[in-house]
Amino acid sequence: MQITNIILVLVVLTNLKLLGSSRLGASIRVVAMQGVVLGLLPILAHTHELSWRFAALAAGSIALKGVVFPWFLSRAMREARVTREVEPYIGYVTSLLAGVVMLGVSFWLCTRLPIPETIASAWLAPVALFSIFAGLFLIVSRKRAVNQVLGFLVLENGVYTFGVGLAPQTSSLVEAGVLLDVFVGVFVMGIAIFHINREFDHIETDRLSTLKD
Amino acid sequence: MILALILVPALAGLVAFALPGAATRRGLLVGTALTHTALTASCWKWMPAAALGGWLALDAAGLLFLSITSALFLAAAIYAAGYLAQEANRHTLDVEEGFLFDNAPETVYIGCLLLFLAAMSLVTASQHFGLLWVGIEATTLASAPLIYFHKHHRSLEATWKYLLICSVGIALALLANFFLGVAATEPGREGFPLVLSELVARAHELQTPWLKAACLLFFVGYGTKMGLAPLHTWLPDAHSEAPSAVSALLSGAVLNCAFLGLLRAQQVCVAAGLGDFGREVWIALGLSSLVIGAVFIIRQTDYKRLLAYSSVEHMGILAVGVGLGGAGAFGAMLHAVNHSLAKAMLFLLSGNILARYQTKTIAQVKGLLRAAPATGLLWVAGFLAITGTPPFGLFLSKLTILKAAFDGGHVGCGLLLLGLLAVIFIGMTTAFLGMAQGEPGKRTGLNRDRWWQIAPPAALGLLVLWLGLVVPETLNSVLRQVAGTLGGAS
Repeated sequence: MQITNIILVLVVLTNLKLLGSSRLGASIRVVAMQGVVLGLLPILAHTHELSWRFAALAAGSIALKGVVFPWFLSRAMREARVTREVEPYIGYVTSLLAGVVMLGVSFWLCTRLPIPETIASAWLAPVALFSIFAGLFLIVSRKRAVNQVLGFLVLENGVYTFGVGLAPQTSSLVEAGVLLDVFVGVFVMGIAIFHINREFDHIETDRLSTLKD
Repeated sequence: MILALILVPALAGLVAFALPGAATRRGLLVGTALTHTALTASCWKWMPAAALGGWLALDAAGLLFLSITSALFLAAAIYAAGYLAQEANRHTLDVEEGFLFDNAPETVYIGCLLLFLAAMSLVTASQHFGLLWVGIEATTLASAPLIYFHKHHRSLEATWKYLLICSVGIALALLANFFLGVAATEPGREGFPLVLSELVARAHELQTPWLKAACLLFFVGYGTKMGLAPLHTWLPDAHSEAPSAVSALLSGAVLNCAFLGLLRAQQVCVAAGLGDFGREVWIALGLSSLVIGAVFIIRQTDYKRLLAYSSVEHMGILAVGVGLGGAGAFGAMLHAVNHSLAKAMLFLLSGNILARYQTKTIAQVKGLLRAAPATGLLWVAGFLAITGTPPFGLFLSKLTILKAAFDGGHVGCGLLLLGLLAVIFIGMTTAFLGMAQGEPGKRTGLNRDRWWQIAPPAALGLLVLWLGLVVPETLNSVLRQVAGTLGGAS
């Protein structure tokens, strides 16, 4: 159970790093690392019933989140050839402070829900919730389209953490479907980034503001 | 049989990406739509057997929404085939800002359209909550390239908002699925699969706090996709920038798919004795959608956005109907059918108007009845239908919901609903009648309506009219079955 806790601590640290990071390239690498670490979670959380199913799921998710997505997003960033600054609406220090508050709220919320005793680690649910909050925060507080995709990935990682730890009876068909949907989702978003870059010569979403009432 | 409903359009979609020849591809689109409609129609006669160990099965709700989807897709496919033949290989002048732009390749349009149909069929046939989620997310991904068919900055903006907002919403719905999984896990016992029939049968074993949390997350997640205010922000942009056939499908079919996802959650809540908890949320979200719809319809200057806000309004009416339960739920189901048909008709017609007048501004469209008698006549008929004027079907369904509100003692809710509907009626009247009447100005676009521009919306309009005059007994029994699973006094 020790290793599970180390993974969860790493997830918390990567989230905080993302909130405080000013470099786009570093953010992509941090999200990749988070994906790889979380990919190991199903293997470690279910040591007593290790099967090909968990192994395949872990391999698929590590390959996707650790290799394919970072490569794809780095390429999108290189194509855009813009400064590597993150350009937040909300400053790094404020973001970090907000992160700490979100972490506290997550732990408090989880004291209010009856967590099943079969859970791998008591930290699992709060950390999952924290990732979800951090992902949402990153989506709304950053200008760059690539950053918003990263925020979405962090959010998805949070949901995934929760799913692996708390709802182990989810079937492999559904898991494969979820993984496929996330893959296609990021792929389509990546293509959209290419087009945004070509159309506007930048990938800042605050210029996407023609449509309103 | 059920698998065929999903696999036929999916395979056709993949083939469309590889198929050479524009005419063959368009033939494939219409052919697949016809096959799908025929398969769906046969489901009314012979209820198909469940597939994949009960994960895919058509119950009353699934059959109802599958039929709506299939009918709308056939109309949209015929319209799209004609539209593509006309638009092929030319630069298009942007109607708002006057620059030239290209359309996305036709292969992508037709392929995505067919995959979109496959995803929607999967949603209607899913009995398993996980599979339902996969289907709803797939509808988002398949339709995003369709919204970006006209390659310019406004459609790109709409696509980006649609992708991001709906993906985040749907990620939260996935969390709701996991919460439901935890609710179904008993301490010390093996949990059971998240299949609807199983969950309903053993609903009393579910852990209440987790079920409530799951329910709220479903509302946030699928509510975003359904366009319930205040989660509707992507909807007007996506609906107004997409090509008209796609807008018709988005408004008439996709919103219903998300609605179906929420109905499944409500069915579990009702079985677990939490029906009242869910109903309060339904009514609150429904009324807020109606308010937002009314506010933005009144001051709207763009007729495609007007139709989009009208969709927000009608989703609100559906939510209020389900929230009232009993007769209200019956009315909501009937309203879902009527609204889909009428709204798809209007969106297809808005494509005709856009092609002729080259503008989306309401004030610049005048004299539709004289300039294009067929389109104009249908536009007025569609207006009467969507605002719920007798003898169209929406009159009947709105009346049922209102009656349920007053009979059930929700007088405040009923009065508010009535007031908002009156405001919306006034807003729509000013816009639609101004467009229909008067002297047509100089002609810039197409000169006469083609058959494919008139036949699909006319057919949809006749269906709404028919449903207003008589609700067939088979449909009636299906509607009653769905309403029965949603609880509330009948």
